[in-house]
Amino acid sequence: MAHFTKATSVKDWMNQRLAVEKLEKVMMSEYWIPKNINFLWAMGMVLVITFALLVVSGIFLLMYYVPTVDEAFYSVNYTIMREVDFGWLWRHVHGVAASVVFLIIYIHMFTGIYYGSYKKGRELIWISGMLLFVAFSAEAFSGYMLPWGQMSYWAGMVITNLFAGGSLHADGLVEWIRGDYVPAQAFLGRFFMLHVLLIPLAIMALIGLHFGALRIPHVNNQDGEEIDFDAESKKYLDGDKAGSKVMRFANDFMSKDMMVVGFFLIFFFYLVFWNYGFAMDPVNFDPADGLKTPAHIYPEWYFLWSYEILRPFNIDLGLILFAFAQVIFVLLPFLDRSPNTCPANRRGWMFATWFWVMLANLIVLTAMGKLPPEGIYSQIGFVSAVLFVVQWLALPVITSMEKKV
Amino acid sequence: MKNKEPLILAVVIFFSLVTYYLVEPFAHHVLHKKVVEVQSEGFAYNDLSALTKTGDATRGEELVMNAGCAGCHSIDAAGMPAPMDPVMAAASYGVNPPDLSNAGAIYDAKFLADLIKNPAHALKVEHKFDEAKGQMHPMVAFYGMGGDIDQEVADMVAYMQSIAVKPEDVTPAMAFENACGRCHAVGYENWTQMGTKPSFKHKKDSLAFDIKLIEYQDSLKAYMGKLPPDLSMYIRSRGDDFLSKLIENPQNILEGTAMPRVGVTADAAEKIIEHMKDAGDTKRHEREAIGMNVMIYIVIFAIFALLWKKQVWRDLH
Repeated sequence: MAHFTKATSVKDWMNQRLAVEKLEKVMMSEYWIPKNINFLWAMGMVLVITFALLVVSGIFLLMYYVPTVDEAFYSVNYTIMREVDFGWLWRHVHGVAASVVFLIIYIHMFTGIYYGSYKKGRELIWISGMLLFVAFSAEAFSGYMLPWGQMSYWAGMVITNLFAGGSLHADGLVEWIRGDYVPAQAFLGRFFMLHVLLIPLAIMALIGLHFGALRIPHVNNQDGEEIDFDAESKKYLDGDKAGSKVMRFANDFMSKDMMVVGFFLIFFFYLVFWNYGFAMDPVNFDPADGLKTPAHIYPEWYFLWSYEILRPFNIDLGLILFAFAQVIFVLLPFLDRSPNTCPANRRGWMFATWFWVMLANLIVLTAMGKLPPEGIYSQIGFVSAVLFVVQWLALPVITSMEKKV
Repeated sequence: MKNKEPLILAVVIFFSLVTYYLVEPFAHHVLHKKVVEVQSEGFAYNDLSALTKTGDATRGEELVMNAGCAGCHSIDAAGMPAPMDPVMAAASYGVNPPDLSNAGAIYDAKFLADLIKNPAHALKVEHKFDEAKGQMHPMVAFYGMGGDIDQEVADMVAYMQSIAVKPEDVTPAMAFENACGRCHAVGYENWTQMGTKPSFKHKKDSLAFDIKLIEYQDSLKAYMGKLPPDLSMYIRSRGDDFLSKLIENPQNILEGTAMPRVGVTADAAEKIIEHMKDAGDTKRHEREAIGMNVMIYIVIFAIFALLWKKQVWRDLH
């Protein structure tokens, strides 16, 4: 057993038991960050803050939400929106944050792809990040069921139907997931549990893993430069703060994190108070009705691209490509065969083109995913979906051909 | 090294805005093409001919009494009670006929004149009530009392306008209840097709009311084809553009619907929508006010964060 001495201060008392000073160094003051980074490196903190907003607003909503098919819609739209003081505010914060968190996740992801931040020892950061994306997707989907409006019900119907596996007709699996033949009380109850307990727990664990995976390889920088963190941090600690290539996470980079968070929150609260419509689909303000299919069923904007990969094909091929789209991003560190860790634009025209086409194509897929699959829109969607698959198949080839820069 | 951050920010904003434009305004336009492209006439009812005669309210009163309007309609302002209770009225006509006290203030004069002469035409339900096929509209058309029918109708409209409250005194609830509230419930405002549900001391009285309401709704269902929806959240599910165009001419938005054109004035239509906001977007004024305060707070926070960053980073360069 460790030897404990009479504490000289509260800090010393804590130190002997929790090593708070060491902890503070490891996590904050001697967690070294390269200086050569831009505001995109603050997206992690923006995500932490947005997740915190979701948790806090979610806790308030949870106090009044009733997870039964008869009461859910009423508890959200009447009790929370009209009766509870500031209930409307918590709901709008929760709804807008759920949508904005995906915008930031996508920016964060494409920052990682652009700067090659998944390479050379950073594979686990990327993989844990993609697992977080999956967990957030499940969280968003399960949360979308809870108001029990028309879109909740029909999105629940459509998405759970995917598990039938097309021609496999695994209807038993679909019933097992729903706990019923159609989305009903059992379905709502289990998605409520998933949304407020199991998936948030998984997200918190994955955030821990994501941060942990970052600690040893350190964050990447704008040039993909390999930095000798020991030498540079020594320089910093010896007083040459300006000459060192690194800085402390706290307070050095955290001050910039907070500045970016400040500007982000201006944008966020503008959306919450004046432009929340994009995050709260009008169709979901009609109570769920199993006898009335809405004219158009589409997911929230952040799932549209993968929905559009499903749609243009027959059910079996569509499902295969949909599954492909869901997992392929996770494999990026292994599909990229290039030795280069640097911004996409400096890796030669092939990868630069790959990157910008991928980004643009995902936006096209997103747009087509919402439009009715008719005429020109379904043709564009088809071409885009094929292009998406082709791009991923081509990635190992073009990256193997890439010259060392 | 030159600062690339403004360029990077511009790229991020550009792609975000393109995505936003495509999935919101553009997709909205495509998905709701029909509604978006309907041009509102501003409740001018250009398909109806203007009143050519100046009405006389005194003569109008006499005509209203003699034409038998009060056989179905109550006119509270003139001390005329409803001839039957709402349940029986709905059983007889499909829906409880409206009280005419404030009709002159809520409905357009041209519309009222046309309605008196040819109800199915004014209400735009001729697809449902075709006289040639013997499908008679429950409101009997007025064929004249022997004089100039246009003069007589103008007199009746003048009478209704004379007994009504001033148009500016029509409240959102009055406009809604009179024009929409006999078919549509607004549960969140405790409004039923038979009026505001009273609070009863005894459960059996409350249940008795509910039974009457179900009887009323059954008649309404038979008359309209289905029970018209509860409108509590319609301001959020449909939005004011859709609602305004639907009220002006339901056939433009939902072709073939059994919902009649109710012929409200532009002012009354605005009030109806105001009432729906009171039901489904109750906290909108609070939202505006708190929004401003939050923005002020966050801007101050961002300024302090910026200053802190500048201070910390002074030593890093």
